[in-house]
Amino acid sequence: MGDFLLRRLAAIVPTLFFVSILIFGLQQLLPGDPATAMAGEDHDPEAIAYLRAKFHLDDPLPVRYGYWLKDVLHGDLGDSVRIQRPVAELIAEKLPVTLELAGLAMVIALAIGITAGVVSAVYRDSGWDVAANLFALWGISTPNFWLGILLILLFAVRLGWLPASGYVSPFEDLRANLASMIMPAFVLGNAFAAALMRHTRSAMLQVLSSDYVRTARAKGLSERSVVLRHALRNALTPVITLGALQLGELLSGAVLTEQVFSIPGFGKLVVDAVFNRDYLVVQGVVLFTATVYIALNLLADVAYFLVNPKMRT
Amino acid sequence: MSWVKRLTQRKRAVVGLALVAAFVVMAVFAPWISPQDPLATSWSAVRKAPSAAHWFGTDEIGRDVLARVIWGARASLLAGVVSVSISLSVGVPIGMLAGYLGKWPDMLISRITDAMLACPFLILAIALAAFLGPSLVNAMVAIGIAATPVFIRLTRGQTLAVKVEDYIQAARAVGNSDLRIVVRHIFPNIAAPIIVQATLAIAAAVIAEASLSFLGLGQQPPAPSWGSMLNSAKNYVDNAPWMAVWPGLSIFLLVLSFNLLGDGLRDALDPRHV
Repeated sequence: MGDFLLRRLAAIVPTLFFVSILIFGLQQLLPGDPATAMAGEDHDPEAIAYLRAKFHLDDPLPVRYGYWLKDVLHGDLGDSVRIQRPVAELIAEKLPVTLELAGLAMVIALAIGITAGVVSAVYRDSGWDVAANLFALWGISTPNFWLGILLILLFAVRLGWLPASGYVSPFEDLRANLASMIMPAFVLGNAFAAALMRHTRSAMLQVLSSDYVRTARAKGLSERSVVLRHALRNALTPVITLGALQLGELLSGAVLTEQVFSIPGFGKLVVDAVFNRDYLVVQGVVLFTATVYIALNLLADVAYFLVNPKMRT
Repeated sequence: MSWVKRLTQRKRAVVGLALVAAFVVMAVFAPWISPQDPLATSWSAVRKAPSAAHWFGTDEIGRDVLARVIWGARASLLAGVVSVSISLSVGVPIGMLAGYLGKWPDMLISRITDAMLACPFLILAIALAAFLGPSLVNAMVAIGIAATPVFIRLTRGQTLAVKVEDYIQAARAVGNSDLRIVVRHIFPNIAAPIIVQATLAIAAAVIAEASLSFLGLGQQPPAPSWGSMLNSAKNYVDNAPWMAVWPGLSIFLLVLSFNLLGDGLRDALDPRHV
């Protein structure tokens, strides 16, 4: 396990290095003087001077990268030009809201995706299978912001069951929090549920035709026990990797969902930053998301290593 | 049996192909089939429900929603095709280079690809579009760049698998240059999975363009785009729901058609997959 972990950690270093170059390189895409562009439309001389000094814009590019990397490694992602607060602090403040949204979306996706995948594989070529496949096609083809608008129209405007937008902290009112999060979480989890359904179905079909499942059936075990205890347990192993990687995608999908439902999370932070030309915030969010994605990838590998005995031999 | 015959035997793929063709016709012939000017405003027809005069209703400044949906197909299809063309033209040669040469070029290209894949697609596209500036062209470039690593990885893997085949060794033995081996012998043998991925990537690019336009980073107003139409529609959900229904349905159908076609192509081009 130690060797495996060390090897994986060593592989991450070059990836993180190139991620840092990629994200530092984003600044170079700005037309004209980066400090003037990043200072926004006001061209506040104070902000321009801050950015010029912050990014050592009078130095050569590799030197500027060195300074930038040093700051990043010390947790300094710069200050938001608009809000005048450290970017790292803003991300830390908004992150719990998005994590709650992504977590709920993950729970909904796992419940729908795995159930639909198992039912579809067990009842292959039946009406259930057709319905589950149609659901998967619907899931991967529907833009989540459109689904959000349709759900607002139905559950908030027509039926009045749920609030159309806004966010209530679970520490203030748990019930109101869940009411405000259930629609966005469903919208965000919809595409993941579809992908999960397809993966679970294909893994279950493979496992259900394997020798040990045939043996379990021959031993006289009930079909329920064969499917749930023998087949599903093994079919779910590859789903772990997918689940961890999808959490990164959920963070990205949250940008749109939070915009539709006016949820003050990480996604709304980046969209507001884009429109305020607060480029340091955009850069900080991309760096943070990429780092989370790489960490999740590592966790997925470790989890896969732990649950899959073949990896240990 | 040829792959075209296998493709046409799949009902879903045929439906996908027919829908794609219908959208292409709609986009190309928009000036002739659009009932009205998509930019013409009318203050006497603000947020009118669907009627004989306006089949899909009107928007918040009295523009005909049907006309804007028809013209919006241009932005979506253009974004899908152009951004995937960018990904293909950059990703396929780099992927073949990495797979064929191996050693340090492969290691370097693979690490850069890993780094790009570590940034979630939409976040990277938003960041690129934000830094490049909001416009349809920049959105297409951003989506194209963000989708490139998938093609590099796919092409590299396919090249690695094919380059050890006997016929490649034979081509080398008779004195073919590396360039000729890659272009004439490897590429034709790895094209099928790339075509399938490109079709599915167009679906993802259409959603990405709509997402960027929805956020205000794609097609700029007043030019019609399904994503930007949904952006304004979300403010009038309670009294003008038709503003949201039609552009959203159009995105859904176009993405669905490319997904159906992509799935069908995968089955037709790779019989082992079925």
